[in-house]
Parts: sequence; C-alpha cells; structure tokens
Amino acid sequence: MPEGTLCNKKPIETAEGITTLLADKSGAKYYEEMKHLDIDSDLLWKTIQNTVKSRMKTWLEICAHCGMCADSCFLYQVNGRIPEQVPAYKIQSTLGEIIKKKGKVSNKFMRDTMEVAWAQCTCCNRCGTYCPHGIDTGIMFGYLRGLLHQQGFVPWELKIGAGMHRVYHAQMDVTDEDFVDTFEWMVEEYEEDYPGVKVEVDKDDADIMYTVNAREVKHYPEDLAEAAILFHIAGENWTVPSKGWEQTSLAMFAGDWAACKIQVESVYEAMDRLKPKRMVGTECGHAHRATVVEGPYWAGRPDGKPPVESIHYVEWLAEALREGKLKIDPSKRIKEPVTLQDSCNYIRNHGMKNATREIMSHIVEPGYFIEMAPNKEHNYCCGGGGGFNGIGLFRSQRNQALITKRDQILATGAKLVIAPCHNCWDAIRDLEEEYEIGIKWSFLKPLVLKMLDIPEHLLPKDEDE
Amino acid sequence: MYEILTGPVFYLALGVCIIGMIVRFVLYFKGLSWQLDRVAYKAYPGAGFKGAVRSIYKWLIPYGTYGWRTQPVMAFAFFGFHIGAVFIPLCLIAHNVFLAEKLGFSLFTISTSVADLITWIAVFCLLFLTLRRLVLPEVRILTDRKDWGVLLISLAPFITGLLARYQVGDYTLMLNLHILSGEIVLFAIPFTKLSHVFLFFASRAQLGMDFGIKRGGLKGTKMAW
Ligand code: SF4
Ligand code: SF4
Repeated sequence: MPEGTLCNKKPIETAEGITTLLADKSGAKYYEEMKHLDIDSDLLWKTIQNTVKSRMKTWLEICAHCGMCADSCFLYQVNGRIPEQVPAYKIQSTLGEIIKKKGKVSNKFMRDTMEVAWAQCTCCNRCGTYCPHGIDTGIMFGYLRGLLHQQGFVPWELKIGAGMHRVYHAQMDVTDEDFVDTFEWMVEEYEEDYPGVKVEVDKDDADIMYTVNAREVKHYPEDLAEAAILFHIAGENWTVPSKGWEQTSLAMFAGDWAACKIQVESVYEAMDRLKPKRMVGTECGHAHRATVVEGPYWAGRPDGKPPVESIHYVEWLAEALREGKLKIDPSKRIKEPVTLQDSCNYIRNHGMKNATREIMSHIVEPGYFIEMAPNKEHNYCCGGGGGFNGIGLFRSQRNQALITKRDQILATGAKLVIAPCHNCWDAIRDLEEEYEIGIKWSFLKPLVLKMLDIPEHLLPKDEDE
Repeated sequence: MYEILTGPVFYLALGVCIIGMIVRFVLYFKGLSWQLDRVAYKAYPGAGFKGAVRSIYKWLIPYGTYGWRTQPVMAFAFFGFHIGAVFIPLCLIAHNVFLAEKLGFSLFTISTSVADLITWIAVFCLLFLTLRRLVLPEVRILTDRKDWGVLLISLAPFITGLLARYQVGDYTLMLNLHILSGEIVLFAIPFTKLSHVFLFFASRAQLGMDFGIKRGGLKGTKMAW
C-alpha cells in the first residue's frame, strides 16, 4: 500500500483532516500505515540536488571523522556514550546515506531515520559550536526533517501540529475569535486589582505589537493577563493583532517549510497592517526562532529581518527594568537559591545571554543566583527541544534526555528554576514529575509581577476614602 | 627519476593543487545561498566579515576555544601534528633551497634543530591520532577507508623525510620517495578530505558569518567559541 489514509505525503489542510487524524489515538493506525508508505526516490533525489549546495555538501565532505563533536551532544552523554549517538555519525548514517544512495532508500530506513531525526537530535546546535570545521549537525537535522516530511515520515503529533498552522494559523485549534475573547476576558478579570488595565485589539501605530504562544490561550490564560498587566504598569502603548497573533511554529519542528511560511507571513501581515514600532513576543524560545530568526528567510526577506524590529520578551523586560518603567521592590526580590535555564533558541542561537542576566540582577537578591554549568551559549538543551517534548512515540527517549538538565539543576542546589521558554518550562515540569527532585519552575512574568513596586496612581483606590 | 619528480611532476602537482583549490574555493563561496542557508550574507557584509574572521582565528589558537579546552589531549595532538604539517613543508631550509631553485623565491626558514623537533612531534602526534582512531569507540564508528587513506598519505612524507634526513637506507631512493609522497599530497588536496587545508577556512568562515549575522552577531553578542 503506497499512501495511507492517515499517513501519506500530503499535508493536512482542513479542520476535518485534523479531527480525523486526532481521532486515531496516539497515531496507532498512522504509524501502522507508515510501515507501508512508499518512497518517491526521484522527488527525494531531485530535492537534494536542488538544495544540498556548498555549505552542506562541504560539511558532509570534509568532516574529519574526529569525533570531537561527541562530547558536546547531551544525548550522547546521557545515553551511555554509545557511539551511535555521536552527532557526526547520526547525520552521516541518515542524511549521508540518503545522499550516497541518491534517494533510493527503503521504508525501514526512512522510519529509522525518522527516529534519529526527532529522538536523537533536538536541533540545539551545540555540536556546531564544538566542531573544529564548524559543521553544524543541528542545522543538517533540521534540513533532514524537511526531507522526511516531504516523504510522509513525520511523527503523528507534528503532522497534526503543522496542519494546525495551515488551518488555524496557530499550533492548536485556537481561532482568532478564541484568542481575542480569551485575552479580553482574562484582562477583565484583573480590572479591579489593576485599574485601567486593558487590551486593545488591532490598534494602529502602537509602540508594541504583542504576539503569543497558542498554548497560553488554551491552557495558561493567566499568562496573557500577566503580560497585559506588566505592559500596563510599564506604561506601554501596546496592542495585539486579531489575526497573526501566534508566534510559534510546530511546522518548523515538523520540517513543513510551506506551513512555516504560511504561519510566519500571517504575523508579518499583522505588522504590515497595524504598523507597530516593534513586536514583542512572549517567553518562548522556538517561537522567537521561528518568527524572528528563521521566519524572514521563509518569507523571502533578503535582509533577514521581520518587517518591524522584533524582540524577545526577555529583551523587553530587561529594557523596562533598566529604564525604570518597571521597578522592583528590593524587599520582594528572590531570596532563595535560584538558577536560570538558557534556551538554545534565543541564547545560543540569538545571542541574548546578557538580557536574561540583567533581569536576574534586578529580581534576585545578590548572592542567590547560581549559574548552571555549562551556561549561556554553552548550556545544554532542556531535553525536550525541537518537538521532542510533544512526541508520544519517543516519550521514553525524551525522559532519558531530561536527565542532563536534572543533573545540571541538582548541581546548582537551586530550588527554583527560571525558564523563560515554553519548551524548557515543559521539560523542567516533566523532569520534576518524572524524577521528583523537589524543584519549582517558573516563567518570568508571574515572578516579576509579584515583586513590583507599583506607582500609587496605578493601585486600586480604597473605597472607604 | 629525480629529474622527472622535481621537474614536470612537481610543477604539475603544484599546479593541480593550487588551481584545484582556487576553483573549489570560488565554487564554495559562489554556492552559498542566502535562502538555502538562511543567512543574509549580502545584507550585512561587515558583520559577516567580522564573524568569519573571529570564527577562524579563535580556532587557530591552541586552546583558544571551548572545543579545544574540553579536549586538551586531542587539542595537543591536533596542533602538534598540524604545526608540523604547515611549517615543515613551507619553512624547512632544504625545501626553501629547492623552492628558490624551482620557482625563484623562498619563504622564511627555521633552523634544523627546530625543524627536527617539530617533525618528531608531528609524527608522534599523528601516531597518537591513529591510535585514537583505533581505540575510541566514538571515533572508530566514524572511521572509514578514506580516513585511513588520508592518514597514510599525510604520514608518508614525514616518514620518508626523516629516513632521508638521517640517511637511513638508500639516500637517493628515500629522497625520491619523499618527493613523490609530497607530490601525492599536493595532488590529493583538491580531491580528497585533504581539501580541508583550504576548505577549513571556507567552512569556518561560513559558520562565523551565520553567527555574526543571524545568530546574535547583530545583537552585539559575540559567539564565545
Ligand atoms: S567534530 Fe566536526 S569534523 Fe569532527 S567528527 Fe564531528 S562533525 Fe566531523
Ligand atoms: S544539535 Fe544538539 S542534539 Fe543534535 S546532534 Fe548536535 S548537540 Fe546533539
């Protein structure tokens, strides 16, 4: 059987398609069908010829087979240092073989490759910074995922996720109405505590256009309220778009480049429409990478930048604290051992290590902030990056992968982990659930909100006065 | 034999190596694509250049990067061999006398005792790297026949050179073998993994531009290689 009814080479483009695939619990039938999926070798080979050029060709050719990348990969370290987990081996035995065989590979080979591409690499790019030749295996794995997606060999959840972006322009079935309603309703809930707090939808020429992660709308609506309150207290002129509000991209994890383009263009259209001075994104790593770092290229922008200056939440927060728009009450600063998770997606891959540390200097009592080792751009992946967190089929591999972060956290002795990234946050929550090391974890917004020194005129008026 | 090896074959080998590598270098940079690589090379030439230079020179300094420092023994062997592989062919007195005679110019030279030392270090380091390939599972799994070929080709000029230097065996034969093995290296450079002697700079430059332009360079943070 070449193409399955659920598992095939066609992306999902309708809400019914999503429902049908979701109804197949854990993708049981989907993965069964995958065992019989044919490979379009001609298409595969043609795609490779058109897209494997100088950079990747040279990477694959000059790799010295020195193994220096081995130790840099947390998945190698945490899986008993088996040689099959060496980054260079992982990519050469998959992408390298496909190229050697000019695309003529078997179904079994493609399924094994799918496991390597999603369960043995989180695209954290750490190995790239440890290879003498500058060979970035993480980038090659991102590329390989695209080939696998083209051929229909993609984990069930990510096929659904990419479909969500095509249908809803969001990673979940959250409609534009859901988004606006939830945001407005959540903000109303806080009107008494923070008089004047409001969310203005589709305001033209605001200073800030705020974009979020659909999960916040669906599962963590508090986060939306917190963002609104912090902007309000900081006196920002901000807005949210009624369309193009989703910053994340499961399509990026899936290797569905066409869906990546659709998704990011919906955000850029909002920028073009509302003409804000800047975009600020929520505390998410891959969302930032998708919309700000990679997105411009998917959208074909030769300057490699979004239509308006776009910054991560930590950059906005650092700036607000620096400029005194937000003031921390020193007596409310964190006075317990606390550590910080550096997200690969915006620390290693977008140079923001100083912004997060500046924030720490404001919100943590001196002496209580403990760096992980290694840290900053050398930090290890949380263990759940690149879509790993969400793939049921590879759950046990993911849980094993969490051990690196668990041990890094334990070594700091901290009881609180600040994780300004949805993926890292999830991974750390899961590692606490799995290994019970007695830690708490948090985004920045709720912490900062609790320690603000709020100006008198923004506080609720006492009724009795 | 000596005349042929130091005459036509020498010029041919040198020509093939230089022209081959110029072609490969040009093709490499022409083949970089801002859309495929997702790096806006042309939009930020300054940031790209800075990133490229940093990414190259940091890695050329022994223990200059986290990568080198996390593997000190490997780094020692690596530099021990590569210093020899660069300075002995280019700076040995005998080689420069030969160069002056053949091409009409010579480079700076190093004294014989220094040259001896560097050579021995290089040979031992290369043997260590060979051993490493045999012993460490994470290196063994990557190793294929081509790697052994490249190792052999790289070791041969050192061994024959030493034998000639200490006049072990038939000097003329050793000298001819030494010249031949050196020329094999030149021939092999553009067509094998030895191309890394030039493409190292290209590949490092590319990743440097990537970080210099796209992954943080424009934010003012430099990659701490
Ligand atoms: S460190 Fe680089 S050159 Fe060495 S094996 Fe790994 S990818 Fe290849
Ligand atoms: S990108 Fe990260 S997870 Fe993937 S091979 Fe490299 S170090 Fe390992």
